[in-house]
Amino acid sequence: MQEQYDVLIIGAGVIGSAIAREMARYKLKIGVLEKNLDVCNETSGRNSAVVHGGFAYDTASLKARFCVEANRMMGDLASELDFPFERCGKVLVGNTPEDMTHLHNTLRQGKANGVTNLEIIGDDKLHELVPAVIGKFAMWSHNSGIMDPFLYTVALAENAQANGVDFYFGHRVIDIQRDRDSLYIVKTSQGCFSSRWIVNAAGLGCKEISDMLGIKGYKVIGSKGDYIVLDKKLGALLPMPVYPVPSNTYMGVHVTNTIDGNVTVGPNAENVTDFSYYGVPKRNIDFLIESASRLWPHISRKDQIRNFSGILPKWVDANGNIQDYKIELRDDIAPHAINLVGIESPGLTSAVPIARYVTGLMQEREKLTANRSFSPIRRGIRRFAACTREEQAALIAANPDYGEIICRCEKVTKAELLQAIHNPLGVSTMTGVKYRTRCMMGRCQGGYCQTRLEQLLEKECGRQAKDIIYSRQGAWLLQGKVREGI
Amino acid sequence: MKEKDVIIIGGGPAGLAAAAALYKKGIHDVLILEREKNPGGILRQCIHDGFGLTRFHETLSGPEYAQRFLDEIEKYHIPYLTDTMVLGLKAGTRKIVTAASRSGLEEWSAKAVILAMGCRERTRGALGIPGERPAGVFTAGTAQAYMNLYNRMPGKEIIILGSGDIGMIMARRLTLEGAHVQAVFEVLPYASGLPRNVEQCLNDYGIPLYLSHTVTEIHGDARLKGVTVSEVDSTRTPIPGTEKFYACDTLILSVGLIPENELTSEAGGILDLHTNGAVVDENFQTSLPGVFAAGNVLHVHDLVDFVSLEAEKLADSAARYILGEPLRDCPLKISAGSSIGHVVPQRISGKTDFLLSLRVSSPHRNGRILVQQGNHIVAAHEFRRAVPAEMLQIKIPAANINCTEDLEVSVE
Repeated sequence: MQEQYDVLIIGAGVIGSAIAREMARYKLKIGVLEKNLDVCNETSGRNSAVVHGGFAYDTASLKARFCVEANRMMGDLASELDFPFERCGKVLVGNTPEDMTHLHNTLRQGKANGVTNLEIIGDDKLHELVPAVIGKFAMWSHNSGIMDPFLYTVALAENAQANGVDFYFGHRVIDIQRDRDSLYIVKTSQGCFSSRWIVNAAGLGCKEISDMLGIKGYKVIGSKGDYIVLDKKLGALLPMPVYPVPSNTYMGVHVTNTIDGNVTVGPNAENVTDFSYYGVPKRNIDFLIESASRLWPHISRKDQIRNFSGILPKWVDANGNIQDYKIELRDDIAPHAINLVGIESPGLTSAVPIARYVTGLMQEREKLTANRSFSPIRRGIRRFAACTREEQAALIAANPDYGEIICRCEKVTKAELLQAIHNPLGVSTMTGVKYRTRCMMGRCQGGYCQTRLEQLLEKECGRQAKDIIYSRQGAWLLQGKVREGI
Repeated sequence: MKEKDVIIIGGGPAGLAAAAALYKKGIHDVLILEREKNPGGILRQCIHDGFGLTRFHETLSGPEYAQRFLDEIEKYHIPYLTDTMVLGLKAGTRKIVTAASRSGLEEWSAKAVILAMGCRERTRGALGIPGERPAGVFTAGTAQAYMNLYNRMPGKEIIILGSGDIGMIMARRLTLEGAHVQAVFEVLPYASGLPRNVEQCLNDYGIPLYLSHTVTEIHGDARLKGVTVSEVDSTRTPIPGTEKFYACDTLILSVGLIPENELTSEAGGILDLHTNGAVVDENFQTSLPGVFAAGNVLHVHDLVDFVSLEAEKLADSAARYILGEPLRDCPLKISAGSSIGHVVPQRISGKTDFLLSLRVSSPHRNGRILVQQGNHIVAAHEFRRAVPAEMLQIKIPAANINCTEDLEVSVE
């Protein structure tokens, strides 16, 4: 038996991390169990990175309610937690009379959901907003935006950790039992934990954990979407995401500017049963390029620097219809367990309202005492590349490591790498540093900097070459030394 | 802001050769800016030999070849700064170069700038190879840096995609260090690297080279578990039914080099879509007056000797520019016609002999390279064999050029 907790949260995606931070506002001993070696390795980080407005969801659904609420607070959250967010707006672009009908329906639904600043715009305004877009008219959502999902989740988790939450990486939950004292005993791949409360924020693993809690019968399907990433030179040409007219269940392939200045194209939507396969097949790359080229003319294979995919856990009924979020507290089966099922899009946007709702459910069962020392403020790593020349000069003067540029494409300095390597959560993978700094994320994809990052990781973490992990368990980067003894 | 006659961006073979040649022409107020800890560029990790046959008439390793130029730099006391990354270039009457190093952000104002940044490797992402994204997929140059600069072994069971020179050299290097290189796959129907490397790096070690094959899927969610390889047809499209799985822990990519010209385009320089380098005239001057380019930043070379020779040639015109002598106007365009991949330079005066560099876009036997102005043949170069892997250089005499018409180069 390792530690006894008031609350154990299973999953360190954006939802688990947000819940951890929200609950840290109260006097609770909180632990987060994550099977991967870092936060945000699955659904939370593998998506369009769009902050949604809330118009695309059924009125009165939790999805609509949380999304609209979250959209309003995102600016404040970004300043509290210091993560990249831009309220750039977005357009849903149409051409035909049917498209116009759909857009009016979407707009009506948005208004019913409480979304403000939606308008239908004509050809001229559309092309003023996004000069190269292919389309005759659009619905313009002023309040939509873009963000960095990884840094957002890191920010939530680091702030939770600074307020006393323990994070356990590489801990896969294998079994959950209740003992005679009504404590949950959670068996993981690295030992046992006990807790008064359990929160299932396992994302793609939600059904598995729900079953372990004894809440059986959920049917969760995976909807896999593939994306391609385009070179930064295209980012300047796309001021806001461009979407097609949505169907009821699928947003369609869209072209999205990222907060870092790249452009992503995707996703397609394929139902999958394997929740760990993130391969991107060629036919889907072709499909994405073809579909997106109908929206925006600048898409070229020559500019692709990477592809990736993500899987959304969708809770469906017996007929296969996609359901709303399920967030429940089943006193009859699993008292003191909050079960979240089917947290899919717009989960990234909605994380904090979801976390507040979950904390509210807990408060219905027991009185929580405020944690007076809680601080909602967290500061991230200062990025050299995002600074003005004067700021850069000042950074180097204060810390010469800011003058040593390790990643040439993204201009990431040694100072940033050192801060990322010694991150508060104790993550020490290559990708952990990559996502925190953008080192290896540029057009050369680490061709120049990865050897330098690897050397720095060895030195700073006191590890041997063979023990450097790229991304997850088993992802060794190097065999070891070419010759021992030198 | 400090003033310099010329700033050279990059201390690899092009930059070093240009600096030494400029010095010999009386240009002493030179500064080389190098982003790595040591000058020498990619030669530092090229511990195999075969360098220098053209330039020095003997065979040298990469570091030895670089040392020849470094010795000159030392001899002439030409200053260079290492660990210094250029962040910006502004082209005007004077060129403003901004660079970062541990000692701060510095700006120089120079009469001329020489671009010698070299190139980077094409990546898996740029090719869009389908499949998962495990650890164990390296570009050949990155694997070479791990092995030769850091004493780190990338893996043991190796597949190599692409028969570029670095890939073949790494096939031999990995084999010599005890790894098992199963095969090299090349999407084209011919090797993309030099014939001598096919012999010395693959055939001599019994490593099979499969032409018209490519990797069509990457497997493994943590470390690479294997690759699916397919045969391709004449349009490089994978042929269904030919898929074969190869278990391996490492995939090395040697699938092309891309001149590194972000700085050039940010400064407003015009790039050639075929070379991915700047458009230059016979003076190696880019579209930005006083900004010159040579070596792999201009177009990818297959031998470093030609990089040095090109940079030394550049020094002629850069020196004249710095001394205030006018460079010839270059109103005539040269374009790549049928079966030609690219040409350098892209503009000439027509008033002086010049060296035309080119690559054919597909292999040819017993043909002629024709340089024409309309129907008028300016030069004809007969060859028995021409392959895209080998850059061709042809001396074009000014006597045959009329000063009014653009030129086109083609294979006949």
